[in-house]
Formats: sequence, structure tokens, C-alpha cells
Amino acid sequence: MKPPRLTPARVLLQGFLITVAVAWLLPVATAVYSSFRYYEADTQVNGVFSLPTALTLDNYRDAWAVGEMSKTFGNTAFIVLPALFFTLLLASVVAYACTRYSWRFNIAFLILFTAGNLMPQQVLFQPLFQMLKRTPWPDLLSDTDTGSLLGTKIAVILIHVAFQIGFCTFVLANYMKTIPTELSEAAAIDGASVPRQFFSVILPLTRPALAALGTLEFTWLYNDFFWGAVLLNQGNERPITSSIAVLNGQYATDFNLIAAASIVIALPTLIVYLALQRHFIAGLTLGSTKG
Amino acid sequence: MTSDRRVRVPRSPSPSEVGFALGEETQDPGTEAGSGLSRRSFIVGAAATLGTGAVLAACGGDSDETEAGGAAEGGGDLGEVTFGSNYSDEKPKEALAAAVATTGLDVAINTVDHNTYQENFNTYVQQPDDIMAWFAGYRMRAFASRGVVGDISDVWSDQLSGMSEGFKSASTGLDGSQYFVPFYFYAWGIHYRKSLFEENGYEIPTTWDDFKALCDTMQADGLVPLCAANDGGWPQMGMFDMINLRVNGYDYHVSLMGGNEDWTSPEVKEVFAKWNEILPYYQPDANGRTWQDAANALGDKSAGMYLLGNFVTSNFDGDTQQDIIDDIDFFLFPEINSEHGQDAIEAPIDGFMMAASPANEAGAKALLGGMGQPAAADAYIGVDPSVVAAVSGADTGSYNALQNKAAELVGGSKFIAQFLDRDTDPDFAANVVGKAIADFLADPGSIDSVLATVEEQKSTYTFE
Amino acid sequence: MATRLPAAKRRGAARKKLSLNRSDRIWLVAMVAFPAALHLLLVWIPALLTVVLSFTKWNNLDPFSAIEYVATENYRIIFTIFDTNLFPAMFNNFVLVIWLTICSAIGMLLAYLLDKEVAGSRIYQSIYYFPVVLSLAVVGFIWRSTMFSRDRGLLNMVWPGEPIDWVGDGQKLFEFSLPFLDFPLGLSRNFAALLVAMAWRHIGYIMVMYLAGLKAVDNSLKEAAAIDGCNEWQSFRQVIFPSLKPINVIVIVITVIEALRAYDIVAALNEPRGTEVLGTLVTNALLGEGAGRVGVGSAYGVVLLVLCIGFIIWYVADHYRKTA
Repeated sequence: MKPPRLTPARVLLQGFLITVAVAWLLPVATAVYSSFRYYEADTQVNGVFSLPTALTLDNYRDAWAVGEMSKTFGNTAFIVLPALFFTLLLASVVAYACTRYSWRFNIAFLILFTAGNLMPQQVLFQPLFQMLKRTPWPDLLSDTDTGSLLGTKIAVILIHVAFQIGFCTFVLANYMKTIPTELSEAAAIDGASVPRQFFSVILPLTRPALAALGTLEFTWLYNDFFWGAVLLNQGNERPITSSIAVLNGQYATDFNLIAAASIVIALPTLIVYLALQRHFIAGLTLGSTKG
Repeated sequence: MTSDRRVRVPRSPSPSEVGFALGEETQDPGTEAGSGLSRRSFIVGAAATLGTGAVLAACGGDSDETEAGGAAEGGGDLGEVTFGSNYSDEKPKEALAAAVATTGLDVAINTVDHNTYQENFNTYVQQPDDIMAWFAGYRMRAFASRGVVGDISDVWSDQLSGMSEGFKSASTGLDGSQYFVPFYFYAWGIHYRKSLFEENGYEIPTTWDDFKALCDTMQADGLVPLCAANDGGWPQMGMFDMINLRVNGYDYHVSLMGGNEDWTSPEVKEVFAKWNEILPYYQPDANGRTWQDAANALGDKSAGMYLLGNFVTSNFDGDTQQDIIDDIDFFLFPEINSEHGQDAIEAPIDGFMMAASPANEAGAKALLGGMGQPAAADAYIGVDPSVVAAVSGADTGSYNALQNKAAELVGGSKFIAQFLDRDTDPDFAANVVGKAIADFLADPGSIDSVLATVEEQKSTYTFE
Repeated sequence: MATRLPAAKRRGAARKKLSLNRSDRIWLVAMVAFPAALHLLLVWIPALLTVVLSFTKWNNLDPFSAIEYVATENYRIIFTIFDTNLFPAMFNNFVLVIWLTICSAIGMLLAYLLDKEVAGSRIYQSIYYFPVVLSLAVVGFIWRSTMFSRDRGLLNMVWPGEPIDWVGDGQKLFEFSLPFLDFPLGLSRNFAALLVAMAWRHIGYIMVMYLAGLKAVDNSLKEAAAIDGCNEWQSFRQVIFPSLKPINVIVIVITVIEALRAYDIVAALNEPRGTEVLGTLVTNALLGEGAGRVGVGSAYGVVLLVLCIGFIIWYVADHYRKTA
């Protein structure tokens, strides 16, 4: 990138961008700042916007311990990673079948998936709850014997997958349409079966979109509070997002402690975003206009 | 669902509930409750005996270490009992573990944060642990009457000897069986700083006029007379309850909460008229303030008084602000109508229920019995001294001034209410009454239309 | 444009289908059937059941046999007795649709600016996107405690007048009446404050979408526009914007849906009054301790569902028809 000329317009632009950036960071910066201070002895007395009497890492240590984050991080990993994998796999399969082959209802299916994803999740809750409660489930894969699917991580994973397939199918279908048909035709002539065409021709070409979706979906699934809270009634099955709720106590609310927890909880998604930023933007092109 | 629904729960238990449950006018008094008592007399009786129980508790001895030992031996081979707990704050969590340890049973405590636990209780109770933490009163009965929690009458008859009749009534469902073991209670009252009152020569007001005069004096002294929070929608329910109890009395409170009174009646309007008289003394903009922020005004002595539960002290740090905690005292809400004097107080009770069909029923009942012993209460209060034990015979020697005061005032009250959202349908409390109170605070002049809305919406609820 | 395959190619694909052998066909059916079954079972069927439940009265702690058919009673209840909840909530959702659309435009503007060779573009992108990675629990907490708190929030520190209760003050900034309602609707001050927090999160999200779209716009197009002597606005208007059309589809869907089903931030900053949206009404009625009113809660849910789905079907169908 060549250094841009310094023109009044550019100065103005930079000024504008910096102003917005400061406004954007302010709430978070406040939380970060607070997380290094004592609450009762300092913030509560002197206010959030004051000089600290002392700086400390205690909030991080306490947040980790009280929020039982080593456990909740583990639970989240057990939910998010399988959910992410199956969502992307199933969505790309559907997108493949609906866009690379022409059959009677493929558009209808795409509409079904896309519309399903956009439903308000709370509306589904009561019937889903009753269904899960009445589905017997052996107690093989969960720590807690519940006798039914309700209360298992598997239930949460299933719902995440079912729900998120919609959006991913929408995006992947758009993307796959841009992959020239000649590629798969050539493979077909070579005698490659459908699954083989999918795995060795189409899937590799879809990688940028998968990386982008992976980033986005990771953020969503990771931050989910709703299903984790309503379906996992056992405290030791709860995901990371519940750690904040635990810290936000019945009586004492230690602002700085929660701020520290908030930052720790935000770290994985932030790291994933920064690591995949380049792919993220590239993959999200959604195959829109390149041709 | 984040931060701010927090304290929804802490306020609510109530002995009085019992009365109200049993007491629907529409209900055939003789039927399931199985007692020949008339509704009113039953309520009064229950409340009065609870009072006595609390007094006994307050005066009770330090007799029970031996029983703790006995209980501990009992455990043994009953197997693991699962225990759903909402004691998620650091201190209560530790305290509960200590209390459970006194039973000597093998217990797996499943802690869920307080707000989530409460909000999801409806679904949790359909897939519960063997025993679970909950609140006495309407809130317990609503689940008991649907058969989703277990009958523990035999625990009461076999194991719980130290509970007063009042607590027993508070634990009794509509069918006359017991479904709840009370653990502790706390009181709602007007909290203040002793040193501030001393410095300025303020007197504890006992009548409405004295109370308002004191507010005027405080205002002249540059203080905000009344701390005011309403974030979460519940803190001001306490004010409504207290004025209603003082103006219309306990029986009316029970009847109103039971859906049997008209919210557009002169009685209810009078409550808001009285309330309107003290709004000028409020911290401005109560609706958006958390109870903790309001408590800070008590902490820095910029405000004079605060109607809240005893848990107000938990806003202050035991290490660095012990002087503030020790300086906080409370008094009864002043008399408004001489017919009712200061005869009622709000004292929510927390305790435990059993699942309808627990995996380990024998263990669950042993655990419930154990939690109802003085040893368990002592162990709890030894760690978290902000509440008063329900069971008589708990060690009161270690109570701090506020605990003694709570035991004394509750014991001396003729009627004990729980709290608005524990005395009636919780959805009605939060989404209809809570909204109405917030609307009133924002625009007191609109009260007539606000109450008309409450009355209209009330018609869509079925009260137990 | 590549999203539209030439007709000849499509026919080619169709012919292809005919030559599929048996095992390929089975594979294809399985590829669609399994995900579709999962999706139908866990999304569409529960949604339909909610519609059914909205015509009944039921406490969810009671057995199914206690479900009682009450026809449209629940709708009568929410449209006439709880009209003071429903219509303000619908109005707030409507305000959100407009507001988030504006925010989307701002997101597009930021993306357009950052897509140029701006020093520090990467850093700006990350900063603007940052709120998106935060969990809503965190966002709600941060805004309420650091920004909006009446006694110690930043907003009141810089606010020149009397401190304002940004969270609780439901005073209306403007009001209007509708002929069929006996109370006015309007935008309350605390909902306006909430809009700021919503914008904070929405703009970065949309910006990234458009950044992605802009990256895909052929550079030669941009350069050609510059050579043609288009000024900034003209080149945006005539070259860039039209080529962003596919992204616009996605952004519009996201924006409207986010506005209609908004829940988390609102719930975090909601209580006790003035800022209800349909999402919070549904949640309060269907979850929580009051969940005994399944019928009424489902009726709220159906109102929300109809608004969302109506828009979705119309828009998505239109999209696929055009691109198919």
C-alpha cells in the first residue's frame, strides 16, 4: 500500500474515523479500566471515572474462580465446537445439493432453511421444551443423568445446528452458485460420485466462505445465553455465558469483578476474529459479485 | 437476561401466605385444608404463632451442637442426594455448604445463579434435583397444587420438632399437606444510620405525620430523606405493600393479593394518595436506579432512610466498610391508620422443597429433615449472618444487632406478610402491578388510569 | 453477474440430473433429507405448535390433557386488555426497524471509507467490529453501568442539565394518537437511549458485511469511475452501490429481522418500563415463572412470528426467484 497523500480530505477522514473509534471504545475501555481496580474500597466510593487508589489483578483471579470459568469454558467448548462443525457440514451439503443440481423443490428448500433461521427463538421454546422432555435419552454422553434429552448438551447442540443451518445454507448457496459448473461436470465425467465431487471439488473451493461463516457462527454460538440457560438446568453443565450471571450476584454486585469476567469471556471471540480477520472479510463476499 | 434482573428473588418469602392460600373466600373452608378454622381466624392465628416462634427463636438457647452430631451419624448409606441451589453469591454458597455438611449426608449441590434459577424455575421444576431451594407462600403453593413438588408431611411429623405453627402454615399447600421446609427469613423495614440520627438529633418516627416531619427536617438539613430504587421493578413493591398494610391492614393485603379486591377501589387509591405525599422526599428518578446505587447514598450519608430488606447491608464490604454495616439499624414503617397501627411487617422466608418423584426419596427426606434442624441453621448463620433462622432453638447468641432487631420486630408483629411478588401470581406481580407502580412513579397524576388498567388485566389471571 | 447462471448452463445442470446413477441419487436425497428433517423438527414444527397453542389455555405444569381450546380468546386478551403492552411494543419495534436501517447506512458509509487506502484501516475495522464479538450479557452490563447509570454514568457527567435517568425515565419525547387506541403512542426517552446501545453493536456488524461486499467489487470498475471524472458521490451512487446489491439483500434481511426480534439488549436495559418490544413480551410470557400462561404467551409469539415470517418469506422468495 503506497502511503496516501496528505490532503485536507484525508485529515478530515482520519479525524472522523478516530472520533468514531474513541466513541466505540469508550464503554469497553471503561470496563477494562475498572477491571483493574478494587470495587468497594475504590470505585464504589470514588466513582468509575476517577484515578485509582491502587491497581490489581485480583478481579481476574476472583472472576475465574467464582465464575468457575475453567468448567464453563470446557462446557462451552463441548457445545460450540461440535455445533459449529455439524452446522457447517450440513449447511454446505444442503447448499450443494440445492444449487449444483436442479430439482423440483430446491428453491422451496432454500426458502425453508433461510426463513427458519430468522424466526425469533423464544417462540419455539415451549414446544421444544416439551419435545425434549419427552424424548428418552440414555445417559451415555452427558455428565448428568436426566433420563431425557432435556438438560443434556446434546439437546443444545441439536438446536444450535438445526437453527444455524438456515443462515449458513443461505450464505453457502449464494457462494456455491458462483463456482463454475464446468468444474463439477468435469469431475462427473471422470466418474466421480456425488459425495466425491462434493468433498474433493466443491468443498475446497468453498473454504473462504466457510472460514467467514465459522468466525461469525463461532461468535454467535459462543455468546448464546438463551438455550444454555433454559435447557441446562444443572449448574455444572452451564456454558461460559452463565459465568457472568453467577457473578452478578443476588446481593452484592461487584462491578469491577463483572468487568473482568466480561473481558475474559470476550477474549476467545476476539482472538478468533483477529486471527481470521482476513479470511472473514474475504469469505463473506458471499460470492456476490465476483465473476 | 443480564445484569439487572438480579435481586428479584431475595425479597420474598412469607408466612402470611398460608392464610391467603387457604383463605380464598370462594373456597369451601372445610374441604382439603381439613381444618375447621375460618379463613380469617386461621390467618391471624398462623401469623400470631409465627410471631411467637420467632420470638422463641430469638430467645432460644445454644443447645444444639449435640443434635448436629446426631444428624451427622444418620447419613451413612442413604446414597447421594442432589440439591438444586440458588445460593450463588459467595457467602451464601459457602454458608449453605456448611449447613448441608451438618446433615452428614452425601449431597451433590447444583448451584445455579440466583436470577436464572428463579426465572427458569418453571422449567427446572419439571426436571429437578431431589431437593431444591425455593420460597414459602403463594410461590410454593402454585407448584404444590400442580403436583410438581413432593408431599413432605412425614418429614414434618417425624423430623421437624423445632418449627412454630406459623412456619408450618407457611409450608402448607392448599390440600393441607406440607411441601416446604423453612430455613431462614429476613425483615423489611426502614433502614438508617444510627450515627446520622444521633448527630442530627433525629427521632425514630412512629406515625405518618412524624415521618413526614422528619423528612422535612432532613430536607432542610440538605439530605435526601428517602433512598429510592426501582430497577428490576421490585424494590418499590415493598413501599406499596407497607403503605397498604398500614392503611388497609393485613387482611385487605391478603385479599387484594388473592385477586379478590378491586384495584380501582377507594382503599387502593388511598394507598397511592399516601404514597404521593412522600414522593417529594424520594431520590429523584427511582425507576432506573439499582437498589445498590440507592444504598450507596446511605453509605455516604447523603440520604437519611431506606425502606428495604435487611440485605441492604450486603452492599457494603465486610472488610473495609464494617463500620457502615455496624452503623445500620432499622425501624418499623410508621403508623398511618390507628386501626392497624404498626401491626404488620414483611418478612420473606426462604427454604426448600422436594421433587415430586426424587431419585433418592429417603435421602431427600433425610436431607430436608436435617436442614430443618438448629445445627444446620447455626452453621449457615455462622458464615452468612444476614438472616434469621426459622427453626426455634437455633443459636441466637451470635446474632448481630440487626439480626436481633429483625427477630424482635418480626416476633412482635401481629401479622407477617411475605412480599408482593411472593404473595400473589408472580406474573401478575411483575408484569401488571410492577408496571403500574413504575408508571405511577413516572407520572403520579396518571394513577386512576393506571389502576383501571391493572383491574382490567387482573381479570385475565387465575389466582390460586 | 456470476450469481445468475446462463440459461444454457442451467439446462445443462438439469440434464446432468438425468444422468445421475442410483447411488448418486440416494446420496443427494440423503444430503437434503437429513438436515431438512432436523431443521423441520426443531424449528418449523415447534413454531407451528406455538401457533396451535395460541388458541388454547394451558398451564405448562399440567398434563397435555388439560389443554383447553379457547378459540381466539388469547388474541382478544392481548389486543384489547393488554393493548397497553402490545401496541407500544409494536411501535418500539417499528422505531427499531427505521433506526437500524439508518445504522446500516452508517455501516455502509464506514465500510466505504475504510475500503479506501486509509492509514490504519485494519485497526479501525477491528475497533468498530469489536462490540459484535461481545456477548449481549456483557453489552447490556457495560452500557447500563458505565454509560447510562443516573448517578455515576458517563452520559450524565457530560450532560449539561439536570441528571437524567436514562434507564428508567419513560417520558415520551413525542406522542401521537391512533384512532383505535385510547392512549397515545410515542418514543420514550429510555428507549431512545437504548437505541444508542443498539447502534453501537449493529453498525460494526453491517460494516463488515459491506466491507466484504466492497472487496468483491472489481477494482477496475472503481478505477474506471475515477478516470471518467466521477466525483466521490457519483461514483458511489452509480458504480459502487449497484454492485453491492447482493449484499444489500442480506443486510436488509438482517436489519429488519434484528429489529423485529430484538431482545437481549432491551431486556438488559428494559426494566421496569417504557422499552418493551415484542421480544421481551414474548419472553416474559412464555418463559420465567409466569410461564403458566402458555396460551397468552404463544399469542404474543404468533404476532411476532407473523411479522417476521411475512417479511422473510416475501423477501427471501423474491431473492431466490431473481437469482434462480
